[in-house]
Amino acid sequence: MELAVWTYEGPPHVGAMRIATAMKGVHYVLHAPQGDTYADLLFTMIERRAARPPVTYTTFQARDLGGDTAELFMEAARDAYARFTPQAMLVGASCTAELIQDDPGGLARTLGLPVPVVPLELPSYQKKENWGAAETFYRLVRAFAQPRGPRAEGSAPRANILGPTALGFRHRDDIIEVKRLLALLGIEVNVVAPEGATPADLARLTEADFNVVLYPETAGVAAAFLQRQFGMPMTRTVPIGVGATRDFLREVATLAGVDAGLAEEACRLPWYSRSVDSTYLTGKRVFIFGDATHAIAAARVAAEELGFAVVGLGTYSREFAREVREAAKTHGIEALITDDYLKVEEAIATLRPELVLGTQMERHIAKRLGVPCAVISAPVHVQDFPARHSPQMGFEGANVLFDTWVHPLMMGLEEHLLGMFREDFEFADGAAPSHLGHAPKAEAPPEPVASGPATWAAEAESELRKIPFFVRGKARRNTEKFAAERGLATITIETLYDAKAHFSR
Amino acid sequence: MSAAAASPAASAPTGGTAGCGDLPVLRERGQREVFCGLTGIVWLHRKIQDAFFLVVGSRTCAHLLQSAAGVMIFAEPRFATAIIDERDLAGMADANEELDRVVTRLIERRPDIRMLFLVGSCPSEVIKLDLSRAAQRLSKRFSPAVRVLNYSGSGIETTFTQGEDACLAALVPEMPAEPGRARSLLVVGALAEVVEDQFLRLFAALGVGPVRFLPSRRASELPPVGEGTRYLLAQPFLGETARLLEGRGATRLAAPFPLGAEGTTAWLRASAEAWGVDAAKFDAVTAPGIARAKAALAPRRDSLAGRSVFFFPDSQLEVPLARFLARECGMRLTEIGTPYLHRQHLAEELAMLPAGVTLSEGQHVDRQLDRCRATKPDVTVCGLGLANPLEAEGMTTKWAIELVFTPIQGYEQAGDLAELFARPLARRARLMV
Repeated sequence: MELAVWTYEGPPHVGAMRIATAMKGVHYVLHAPQGDTYADLLFTMIERRAARPPVTYTTFQARDLGGDTAELFMEAARDAYARFTPQAMLVGASCTAELIQDDPGGLARTLGLPVPVVPLELPSYQKKENWGAAETFYRLVRAFAQPRGPRAEGSAPRANILGPTALGFRHRDDIIEVKRLLALLGIEVNVVAPEGATPADLARLTEADFNVVLYPETAGVAAAFLQRQFGMPMTRTVPIGVGATRDFLREVATLAGVDAGLAEEACRLPWYSRSVDSTYLTGKRVFIFGDATHAIAAARVAAEELGFAVVGLGTYSREFAREVREAAKTHGIEALITDDYLKVEEAIATLRPELVLGTQMERHIAKRLGVPCAVISAPVHVQDFPARHSPQMGFEGANVLFDTWVHPLMMGLEEHLLGMFREDFEFADGAAPSHLGHAPKAEAPPEPVASGPATWAAEAESELRKIPFFVRGKARRNTEKFAAERGLATITIETLYDAKAHFSR
Repeated sequence: MSAAAASPAASAPTGGTAGCGDLPVLRERGQREVFCGLTGIVWLHRKIQDAFFLVVGSRTCAHLLQSAAGVMIFAEPRFATAIIDERDLAGMADANEELDRVVTRLIERRPDIRMLFLVGSCPSEVIKLDLSRAAQRLSKRFSPAVRVLNYSGSGIETTFTQGEDACLAALVPEMPAEPGRARSLLVVGALAEVVEDQFLRLFAALGVGPVRFLPSRRASELPPVGEGTRYLLAQPFLGETARLLEGRGATRLAAPFPLGAEGTTAWLRASAEAWGVDAAKFDAVTAPGIARAKAALAPRRDSLAGRSVFFFPDSQLEVPLARFLARECGMRLTEIGTPYLHRQHLAEELAMLPAGVTLSEGQHVDRQLDRCRATKPDVTVCGLGLANPLEAEGMTTKWAIELVFTPIQGYEQAGDLAELFARPLARRARLMV
C-alpha cells in the first residue's frame, strides 16, 4: 500500500477515456462500479467540453455482485451500440471490475457487434493514466492502421500529428501552432490523432510520410509501432521553446526532404529575453517538475532562453525517467523521479528556489512556501484550460512561456528598492509582487541543519533580515551549512558574510 | 440492467407502498450518473475538525477525491488514500500489515488527529479486506490518543450523501450513554456552522433543550444518547444512522426537512410539540424568521413561479427541495429523481407534494435524459457530468452538488436557497452572446 495525499495521475482507464473522448465515432464501454462516473466531470467541467464523454459505465452495485455482472456488461454494451452506433467500440474494466474478472473483451466478442471492438487490458494496480492513454491509442492504431498504398509522384510531403488528447495541457492550441510550423515547410497534415480523429482516419495514418510525435507520453508507443510495422519515421524533438522549435523544424525538414532554410516566424522571446529589463532574471534559481516532456523542455528554455539556473528537475512519468535523468545531467543536477507529492514538497523546501515551474500541485506547495510559481504541465485545473489562444509549442508558444514564467516574479526595480529600503510601511518585506495584489506571505520557518545547528546571534539575525526576502531562505541555509562545516557554535555577522563570500566563489 | 430490469415492465410506474401516499414511483436500473459515498469526506473532514479520513482503495478513489475536492485539498487536507497495489492483491504483502504501516506513518505525520476513519471503497469491499477488524486492532494500538473507526463509502454500497450516513452510523456506537432518562434533542446531519447556531438560538427561545448535534465539531466530544433522546433529522439521507440511534433508545421526531419557511417551521414544531411548547410561544418565536424568509423569497418567487423543474438523482435532497420549490416558489414539478427513497423518513415530505409529479428511484441515465429532453423543463437539476452538455443543448441547469455544500437550511437561508435556482435563469436571460 502507498499513502497518497495527492496523485499526479489518475488510473489507466481515465487515460483510455481521454482517447475515446478526443476521438469521434469511438464509444467506450467501461465495466465499473457506481460512482466511477465522476470522471465525466473532468471533461465536462475542467475541460468544459459541451458533450458527455462517449463512455457507458455499467455502474454495478453490491447487489449485482451476487448476480450476473457479466450479463450486466453485455447488456450495457448492446445498449450502447444501439443508442450511439459508433464506428468502433473500446471495452474495458476499471480497477474494481478488474478484480471481479468478467473479461469485457471476451464478452464483447460474443455479442457479435457489427463494428470492430477493441478490448483494453489496463492493469489498474500497476499502471497509471498516461500509460492507459498510450496503450489505448496504440491498440486503436494497431487495430485500424492499414498498409500504405502507393504514393502519387510529386505530391507534397505529408505528416501525421500524433498525441493530442482530451484533458491534455494546451493540446488544443499546440495543434494549431504545430500545423503552422509544418505549413512553413510546405508539409501537409494528413491526420491529427487521437484528437478529432475517427477510426477511418486511423486507417489512413500510413498515407503520411512520417509522424510528428507531440506528446511521447500518449503517442510514443503508437508511433513506435507505426515505425516498426510500416516503416514510418517519427520526430524526437518536441517543439517547446525557441531552440527546440528550430531543432524541430530542422528535424522535420530532413524527414520530409525539404529545405529548412527560411522557415522561421517572428518570435518575441529572444528579444524580450535580451532586452535589459530581463537582466535581473539571470541566474534566478528555478525548480522544474511535471510530465517528462514538459519538464525537459522547460529546463532547456529556462537555462538557454531565459538565463535561469535550473536547481531542480523532476518528473512523475516513470516511463521517461531515463530521458529526464539525462536532461538533469546537462544541468549538473540529479533528477527527482517520483510520484510522491510529499517528496516533491520536501525537495522544493530544501532547494529554496526563487521560481517553481510545475503542475497544479507545485503551485500549492509554492503557495505554502511563499515562492512564485507557474504551471507548465498536467495535472492542471480549470484555469489552465483558458479561453484565449495559449500554446506551449512553436514560436507563439515561446511568447506564452516568456510571459507566463516572468509574470509571477517581482519586477526588477521593485526588487532593487526592496533590497535598499527595508522599512517602507506599504512596500514591505516579503510582500508578493505588487502587480499580483496578494497578501504578504509569512516567511517559511527555518529548517534545522542536521549536524549541530549553530545559534544566530541577534545582530546576525537582524542582518539576515536585510537580505531580500526571496533569497533569504537560501542565505540562511548556506550560512548554517557554512557554520556547521566549521563547527561554529554561534553565527555572527562575520559568519554571515564569510559564508556569502564562500558560496559566491 | 439485469434482464428483468431491461424488460418494459421495469420502466412502468409501480404502485406506491405504505407511507408513500398515492404517488407512483418509476423504478429504473441502468447506468447511474452519481458520486460514490467517498465524496462525503469532502465536507465531513471540514465538519469534524479532529478527524482524519483514510480511504483504503485504488488510485481511482484518490483521483475521485482530488477531482471532487478541487482546489480545497491543498489546505493540508485531513484525508488521504492508502492505495492498494498489486503486491497487496497478489498476497505478497499482508494487507493488514501494510495498512498498519501506512496508518502509523500517517499518525506520526499528523499527531493532532484524535479520530481516524478507515473508509472502505469498492476494491477493499470486493477483496473483502476486513477494515472493522483492522480498526479495532489499530484502535487498541493507538489508544487512548487516537480512536480508529471504519465505514464504507464504496460506490457499490453507497451513493454520494449516503457516505455521511455511513460515517455518522459508525459514530453512533461511540456516543456516550445519557445517564437516566433525561430528555435532550439531537439534531442529526452535518449542517453549516452558521445554520447550527441559528437553530440553537431558536431552540433556546422555544425552551427546547439541551440541544446537541451529530456530527459534533470535534470527534472527541460526541453527544450522549439514551432513552430520553429525541432526534430530528436535518438531512434526508440518514437511514442507517437513524436505525442505530433508535437501537440506543432515541426516538425520532417525524418532520419534513428544514428547507424553506414551511419546512423549517414544521421541523421546529415537531420539537416544540415534544417539549410541550404552547402554540402562542411557538408562533412568537418563529414569526420573525417566517416573515424574513417570506420577504427574502418574494423577489425570487417572481422569477421562479410557473417555471418547471426536473431533478436527476443525486443526494436524496431532491424530494424536500422539490416540495420547497413547488409550494414556496410556485414552480411546476415534472420528474423528481432520487437515488434512494426512504419512505418513512420522507413520509411528511411526500404528503406535501402536489399531485401529478413523477417520482423516480434509481436511474437509467440515457432514458432519463430522453425524458428530460422531451419534457423541456425550465430548470434541470443535475450533476456536473451532465450540466454543461445540457447547457450546450440549450437547457438551463442547476448543478446539484452545490446544494450539499451551501448553507440552505433554516429561515435565514430560504432566500439563498431559492436564489440558487433563480440564478441560472437570471443568467440565461442576461447573456446576450
